[in-house]
Amino acid sequence: MTTLSERILGAPAGEYVDRPVDRAYVHDGTGVLTLEAWRALESGGIACPDRNYVLFDHIIPANTSTTADLQNELRKFARGAGMHFSDIGDGICHQLMGEGTALPGEIIVGADSHTCTLGAFGAFATGVGATDMAVVWASGSTWFRVPETIGIFLSGRLSGHTEAKDLALTYVSRLGMDGATYRALEFIGDGTAHLSMDSRMTLCNLAVETGAKTGLCYADEVTVGHLEAFGSTASPQTPPACTYEQELHFDLGDIVPVIAVPPRVDAILPVPDLCGLPLDQVFVGTCTNGRYEDLSRFASIVRGKKVSVRTIVAPASRSVLGEAARTGILSDILAAGCTVIPPGCGPCLGAHMGVIGEGEVCLSTANRNFRNRMGVGGEIYLSSVSTAAASALAGEIAIPGGDE
Amino acid sequence: MKVEGRAVCLGPDIDTDLIIAGRYLRTKDRKIWATHVFEDLDPSLAGRLGGSVIIAGKNFGCGSSREQAAVALKEAGVVCIIAPSFARIFFRNAINLGLPLAQADLSCREGELVVVDLSAGIVTAGEFSREIPSLSPRMLEILAAGGLVQHWRKRE
Repeated sequence: MTTLSERILGAPAGEYVDRPVDRAYVHDGTGVLTLEAWRALESGGIACPDRNYVLFDHIIPANTSTTADLQNELRKFARGAGMHFSDIGDGICHQLMGEGTALPGEIIVGADSHTCTLGAFGAFATGVGATDMAVVWASGSTWFRVPETIGIFLSGRLSGHTEAKDLALTYVSRLGMDGATYRALEFIGDGTAHLSMDSRMTLCNLAVETGAKTGLCYADEVTVGHLEAFGSTASPQTPPACTYEQELHFDLGDIVPVIAVPPRVDAILPVPDLCGLPLDQVFVGTCTNGRYEDLSRFASIVRGKKVSVRTIVAPASRSVLGEAARTGILSDILAAGCTVIPPGCGPCLGAHMGVIGEGEVCLSTANRNFRNRMGVGGEIYLSSVSTAAASALAGEIAIPGGDE
Repeated sequence: MKVEGRAVCLGPDIDTDLIIAGRYLRTKDRKIWATHVFEDLDPSLAGRLGGSVIIAGKNFGCGSSREQAAVALKEAGVVCIIAPSFARIFFRNAINLGLPLAQADLSCREGELVVVDLSAGIVTAGEFSREIPSLSPRMLEILAAGGLVQHWRKRE
């Protein structure tokens, strides 16, 4: 009678445990500090190079000489140390780890808060800082406090233009920005079984916005099928039989398109309440909503039409971009007047390629709308891909499917 | 282990973007982070953090895993942060850098002397004293060593 986190970490909630990690990854943003801290340890080596990944996604290609120098140092180190290395344009770290690498039952740490995305595979995946990661490099293990778990029971199916992102923003709003601090979220029930892996990753991605350590889905045939498509094998996990510290229940048929209003991810309104709000930019992508399912949904709405506000689309990975090119949806997106940028984080954290200006409003499919995040004096509204697509066409916030 | 400083009062849900904005992350120069800490919240704050104890509302440090946030606060001279709750990655990052945190819901008076006794688990602000929950034994060890790097090196 244990939660998935307890099962994977091998101890009851509340206990502190030391565990070897199966996979550990950093990106160009956090890897630099990790390397500094690792050097300060003077440990002499990397415990398990083949379990470590360095994946460039945050500022790619480099935007300044300083960035280029920092990236060069990390690139040379990663290659020299025998770590797995992904260079610019391969994609967002969480997405790449989700393309056949992260497996059910694994313990995964990433030097990025959205590492929780990989809980979608039934792994215990959580974000850590640079110094914790440096010790993982040196020792191959780290400590965890086994979290209590909030069970999120999903029933029914999403309908119309409602997406996993709407469900995610809805549960974040229900729990609040610190409603699950130090806890894990488990998504269970028939409603989860109907969700694709892309949707489950979106769901788990926002777990950290409630303060949660991670969000998890039990691996099932959908998980196994996804992994097989990337050449990996896995088995489904036994469904849960446990008592949760707290339970939330959602009938997916009741979920409606929503938008998170700046500067809080938990401040949501139904899309109709914001209809007509003028936009300066629309951004579709990120570790939340840059997967093939997202791009496909976006293309199906903008196909044959023109966006009336500048619209940036960032595929989450090279394989997503390749698939979009192969199936033709990339052409639809380009023909609609969107700007497609390299697979990576894009302007999500306000560093480059779509930073917004003073007084500007961006509708984004990302996961954070904190003050000034995408640019000083700019405001970020968060929505699903379908809402972003409808709004890009209208040039103002619009209801997805509103013109049908 | 005891630290003291003058109170600087902040609100709830201070996120890591507000502590140090993404546009300042691409450097290894810690002074840059200390100079721009809290810039988007209140540009005058950075200059007032030397020897300070931050007393904030709930969920301090929410958001990104960027350790630069904890580095910036430490470099700017913050000696301790007190809040009713902390985001977990920030919590670990701060302790790993040897920056003490205390969990307490305190009413804050700007500039008041605050004493935090981490060993005894007591925080005193003006004439008020309050018990604070103890950190885990390992976290206390890490703090006592001055941070995770020093703690790890000692263990070797």
